Amino acid sequence: MADAVCRVLRDGALEGEHATSLTINDSVSSPFGPTVFDYLFTQLSSFISSSKSQSRGIVLVTFSRSPSFTAELLKNRGFDITKSHEWLRVLDCYTDPLGWKERLRDRGVIKAPVTEASVNVSVCKDVRNLDDLFSQILALGKGLVGDGKNRFSVAIDSLTEMIRHTSLSSVACLLSNLRSYAQVSSIFWLLHSDLHDMKAIAAFEYMSSMVANVKPLTSENTDKFYLLEQSYKRGQFHASLKRRNGRVRIMREEFSIENSLIKFTSMETGANAVAQSLVPKVQFNLQLSDKERSDRAKVVLPFEHQETEKSVQIYDGRKSDLHEINGVPFDNLKKNEDSGRGEIIYFRDSDDEMPDSDEDPDDDLDI
Amino acid sequence: MNRPATLLDDVLTLNDDDEPTQKGRLILVEDCVETSGAFVLHHLIKRFLSSSDNIVLFVAFSHPFSHYDRILRKMGCNLAAQRENKRLLFFDMLMLECPDDGVEGGLIALYGNIYKAVEVNSSNKNVTIMIDDISLLEVAANGSTKDVLNFMHYCHTLTTQFGCTIITVLHEDIYSSGDEFTFPLQMEYLADITIKTEPLITGLAADVHGQLTILDKGTIGRSGSMKGKIHNFRYKIKENNVDYFYPGSRA
Repeated sequence: MADAVCRVLRDGALEGEHATSLTINDSVSSPFGPTVFDYLFTQLSSFISSSKSQSRGIVLVTFSRSPSFTAELLKNRGFDITKSHEWLRVLDCYTDPLGWKERLRDRGVIKAPVTEASVNVSVCKDVRNLDDLFSQILALGKGLVGDGKNRFSVAIDSLTEMIRHTSLSSVACLLSNLRSYAQVSSIFWLLHSDLHDMKAIAAFEYMSSMVANVKPLTSENTDKFYLLEQSYKRGQFHASLKRRNGRVRIMREEFSIENSLIKFTSMETGANAVAQSLVPKVQFNLQLSDKERSDRAKVVLPFEHQETEKSVQIYDGRKSDLHEINGVPFDNLKKNEDSGRGEIIYFRDSDDEMPDSDEDPDDDLDI
Repeated sequence: MNRPATLLDDVLTLNDDDEPTQKGRLILVEDCVETSGAFVLHHLIKRFLSSSDNIVLFVAFSHPFSHYDRILRKMGCNLAAQRENKRLLFFDMLMLECPDDGVEGGLIALYGNIYKAVEVNSSNKNVTIMIDDISLLEVAANGSTKDVLNFMHYCHTLTTQFGCTIITVLHEDIYSSGDEFTFPLQMEYLADITIKTEPLITGLAADVHGQLTILDKGTIGRSGSMKGKIHNFRYKIKENNVDYFYPGSRA
């Protein structure tokens, strides 16, 4: 369950442990990674802002969304934006990731931006320098919670973009450093799995204590338009959580997008829906109603399948056998002593008769 | 000017008065050799120029001005007059060729020109940027997909900063081999609306030239709702316009 994932992020890490980390994987056939990311971000933010979590603040590193989108998102979810500076810092890697606007401004081609600098938002002008990015994240985090024992969380909205600008190994190094930094309580990031090879995806899954996969409802080829339509409204959420004792807990849920909210429901209803779709669509009813199911359970099966404790008793015509069964003498039911061995006893009609004689036995009929 | 809205217009609610925050979308038109998506671009040029609140900034890599002028004239739109009125800004990039080590610099300069034009005009008008097409932009950038993606990312920031709409065309079938298959996917992730033109599964037909699939990721509107939508219908290109219809609805 997505809420279980939120709780693990909220609870963070123990003293001396690496920070809890989560990878969210999506693909273009179920492009709801950003929606799930927003959900987890707002849930964790609500824990943080009401002081119910290990971390006292969160640093959001945005590559694919503008800071105004984040502000809008928080406002729509009922957060008080004016108080957000107490628990949120945004490292904006969307507006000018490579410093192009700065260069153009220096050359006088474009004017300075009109947007007012916000206390929450710092703009990163060179995302290719990951050491610098790392220091900026830490500086923002420490600016929120101070030095000392207080901890903060980190959220990266598109690791794919970060890897595109740099390399797999340097991003892995950055994440590893963040995880081992004592003041970081939990980290989560979004990855578009179809833009990376298996090696990259596996690398980040190894570094994560939790992996969440956003998948389409059915794994069939979405050439059919109605399946494509379904996959734009619903999908599956598969999460695996590595516990401290080494066990892995795997959870599956279905989600659907209604209005702005993503709703998670349990998988059973979903499984039935998929199974039912495999039954061929014919004009007669192949399903059982509840009454029919209970009636079927009540049907008494013939002898051989009754599976009662008494051994199978078949009357074989021998009146001489009179045994007591269960302390009650039985006349009519005879026990078949030879149930273990087969024996055929043949009494011939006449010893004179040659076997398989050619004579027609009807020859002595006189009609 | 009241025009009867086509199915395509109904589906692309771009300058919807109900949702003013819907301004600023990046639209990707994906086509292939069998079904060219140029007609979508021409339709959108005409649609945006028909309203006096709009300015169209056209960055052309594939055809000169005369080509578009001729086609739009048949559709009842005078591009030359619009250019005179400064309602259409035409950037002729056919001869653009970035030097080998200066690809980023070349693209930064192009971005600077676009930014300047948008900045000047966006105070009182809606600006629409059209790039025809991004595959040729990649050629002009000496095949550097990375720089082209960076350029498109910066164009995307224009949608959030100035609320302008960006439309670009991508030829999906030239990328089907090896590593470069990710370029259409990258663009699909970046785009807010993807319009795909594909041939029919059943093959060529006289009455139907292809099918359009429109994938709209939706944005957070005023009510906070995120409406992702998918539409699929057929089209037939005629001499002066294009017919759009749902499958089976034509006699």
